[in-house]
Parts: sequence; structure tokens; C-alpha cells
Amino acid sequence: MSAIPAPILSLQNVWVEYGDKVVLEKVDLDIEAGSFVSIIGPSGAGKSSLLRIILGQERPTRGSIMLDGAPLAPECGPDRGVVFQRYSVFPHLSALGNVMFGLECQQAPLTARLFGSARRAAIAEATQMLTAVGLGDSLHQFPAQLSGGMQQRLAIAQALIKRPRILLLDEPFGALDPGIRADMHLLIKQLWRDYALTIIIVTHDIREAFSLGTRVLALDKRRHDPHAPHRFGATAVYDLTLRKDAEPEPSEERA
Amino acid sequence: MRWVNRHVRRNNSILLGAVPILLLVLLYLFLAAQRHAANPMDKILPLPNSMAQGMATLMFQADQLSGQFVFWVDTMASLQRLGLGLGIATFTALVVGLVLGVLPPVRATFGPLVTGIAVIPPIALLPILFIALGLGETAKVALIVIGIAPVMVRDIAAHVAALPTEQIIKAQTLGASSWQIMIRVALPQAMPRLIQTVRLSLGPAWVFLISAEAIASDIGLGYRIFLVRRYLSMDVIIPYVAWIALLAIIMDVALAKLSKRAFPWAHGANH
Repeated sequence: MSAIPAPILSLQNVWVEYGDKVVLEKVDLDIEAGSFVSIIGPSGAGKSSLLRIILGQERPTRGSIMLDGAPLAPECGPDRGVVFQRYSVFPHLSALGNVMFGLECQQAPLTARLFGSARRAAIAEATQMLTAVGLGDSLHQFPAQLSGGMQQRLAIAQALIKRPRILLLDEPFGALDPGIRADMHLLIKQLWRDYALTIIIVTHDIREAFSLGTRVLALDKRRHDPHAPHRFGATAVYDLTLRKDAEPEPSEERA
Repeated sequence: MRWVNRHVRRNNSILLGAVPILLLVLLYLFLAAQRHAANPMDKILPLPNSMAQGMATLMFQADQLSGQFVFWVDTMASLQRLGLGLGIATFTALVVGLVLGVLPPVRATFGPLVTGIAVIPPIALLPILFIALGLGETAKVALIVIGIAPVMVRDIAAHVAALPTEQIIKAQTLGASSWQIMIRVALPQAMPRLIQTVRLSLGPAWVFLISAEAIASDIGLGYRIFLVRRYLSMDVIIPYVAWIALLAIIMDVALAKLSKRAFPWAHGANH
């Protein structure tokens, strides 16, 4: 899990502009495989914009993004998984169905459904993944029957089944109450270690950012024109690397 | 206690719901009895016994000319037209609505056309249909389809387009293609809405059916009503209208049940 020389994700001189409103300016960022990057910053500092361009939901106005040394397609793909704060799971599928969806899409391009032994294998794999996130007992429940925390666990399992190169989390625990949030922190750290994931998390919660991340990026505007606040965009003003080596079990987080 | 907080229990609500209907029936019987007291031959507000007589003739006695049981033949003919029209419209709404809702280029290309068709009053097209398709079954079914399909298409397209972006993005990060998103994400979530739309379209569908039958037909519930109107046969018209209402209610309830049973996830958490 220690640093690999070539970065998995590399942003060079990335700008995001909407009309004459500059959201991000000159973002240069290298993210190493196995790192857990927290992105913090005030509202409107372009945290979500940064996540969206890495996700491929939006393309930057300028600059280049390389994933594993190749330019990123301007489209979402299975190499980047995502968990949003809300609406991350499909309400019409059971927990099992939600997790199997990724396998079905990959293996059955036309019907997106599996039958026979392929289906049994997919069920086994999905069940294993759901058990890993603590939903082993809720396989056949629909998202509406699950609590907010369980829905986010489901969303994580759903993303992880594709073994994404990078897992993007957009304020995934923002809507959860503090106790559940602490459980989720334990879970995501556990998964990060077990599956050797590279994770980028956008959060409002500075404590969360520091307790989870191996690296914390703070986005903000370097320059500010009071007469035209939209003319300058945000960039990474702080880039802190924390605990490079394996840290102790974060048991104090349960407080 | 505020009226907004006065929730009615199920048994009571059935009782309460029956009261206005019973009152209307009573009012009718009272008025009919009054008219019959003044004129025993009155045809405008027939009493239940003359309605039963009139209907018994149509239901249980073969017509002298055609040898058919008129009421049942009328019902079958109307239901067949309605079923065909609803079926075609529903299928169109599902396919076109899905494609319009999921694929932005298709929406940009055909959205205005669908909107344009939807604002044309269908009855104004009836002459065109009769000229183009003749006076047979096709024109009647076509009127129903043209009457309800555009609204249904727009409703399904809007519903699909309003699915959370997060879901569509998430599906793509799980490797889904446009086609897979359409059949596995959009289609299942459009189904409960489709049933809802069919339920709401039942009313207009009946309107177009009765209109088409009234204008050019030789069989059907609407045809019969407009035929016997010439003889002031309220004793047939009123039971026919009640029968149409009953059929419509049965369809509506059946669709609601179907939706609850087939798509429990769309009907609240208690499934």
C-alpha cells in the first residue's frame, strides 16, 4: 500500500469554467495508488466539480487528466466507482440485485441479465461483497427498507464489485447521524485496507477528512476579487500528507 | 380538532363514501316517482323496474334482425376497441417515452414533434381518420390511440428524464451501456408510472371510444346509447352509462392492484 512511483491519477493544469465563472483554476494533482485522499474546502470551492471531472461526468475546460498514464475518456466508466450522498442505489432492485447489476452489465451486454451457472456465480460474488460491508442479512431487501447507513453500505458494495481503480465518495456520510457515521468510517477504512483501494473522498467534515485520509487537500481560492468574486477559481491551497505507514486501528473514532 | 387531522378509519370511510352515492340514488328515485305520479308514461326518468325490463330485453333476448344478444355484443365490441387502443397507446408510450427520456439527442429531435401532436385536439382529427382509414374498426382504435398516446408518451418521457442523475451516473460507473441503462434502470422505474398513466388515460380513452362509436358504428356501447336516444329510451341509456362506469372502475382498480403487486418497491416501504 506504500507509494508506487507512477501516479494512478494525474491532473495537469486543469481548469473548470462555466461561462465567465471560474470554478477551478490551474489544478495540478498527482494521486498515488493506494492513497486515501480527502478533499475539503468551503462551499462553492469546486470540491464537487473536481470530483465530477475525475468521474468523467464533466470535462475540464482546459488541462489534461490521465488515469494509469492514459488520457481519461470524457465519460463515466467502470474504472472509477462512485458513491453519492443520495440516490446512489437503484430503488427497484433488491440489495443483491443492486450489487449484481455491475456483473450483469459486464457479462450480458444485450439482456443485462444472467442465467444458470453465471447467475449463481454472480449471486455468490455479490453475496460475498454484501457480507463484507455488513449487509449479509439484508440480501433481499429493497433500498427503501434499509436505513440511510445501510443504503450507503449497499452503494459501496455496489461500486466495489467492479473493482474500480479509484473509488470516489461525494460526501457519502453527510446525511448520517454521528454514531452510524463512525461505523461507516471503520467500514471504509477496513475496505480500503482489505481491497487495496485508492479512494478520493469529498467532505465538509474536517475531522472526517483527517481521520480517514492519508492525504488532505484543501481547495480554496488563492486570489479573491471582491468586485468579481467569480473571476478567480479555486485550487489546492493545502496539500498535507499524513501517516504514510499503516496506522493503528482507529478505535478512538467510536467516541 | 382541525379538520386536516381528522383521519377516517377504513370501515368508516367506506360508509362515508357510500352516503353521497345513496343520496343521489334516493334523489333520483324520488324525482322519478314524482314524475310517474304525474304521468305514468314518463320516459325521461324511468323507474328501476322499467330499466330492468329494457335491459332484460337487450341482455337475454336475441335481437330479431341479427340474432345476437345486443348488450353483450355491444360490450364485447367496445371492450375490444378500448383494449386495442389502450394496448397500442401503452406500448407506444413505453417505447417512445423511454427512448425520449433516456437519450438526449432523440429528445432534442422528436420532443417538439410529440408536443405538437399532443396539442392537436384528437376529435378534430376524426374526419381525417375516417377519410384515411374508412369507417371500420381501424379508425376507432386509431382515434383512441391518437387521443391518449401523446399525453402518455410525454408523461413517461418526463418521468424517465427526471430520474436522479446520480442513478444514471452510477449505472455508467458499473459499466452499463445506454441500452442497459434503458432496459435495467429506466424501464423498470417507468413501469409503475406507466400503469398510473394508463389509469389516468382510461377516462379520455372512453371519451374517444364513445365519440367514435356515436359518429360511425353499427355496434358498441356508445353506438347503442346514441341510437336509442332517438326514442328517448332513458331506460336503456342510464343502465348503459352505469355499466360503462362499472367497467371503468373495475379496470382502474385492477390496474392499481396490479401495480401494487408487481412493483411493491414503488409503493412505500411496507412491502
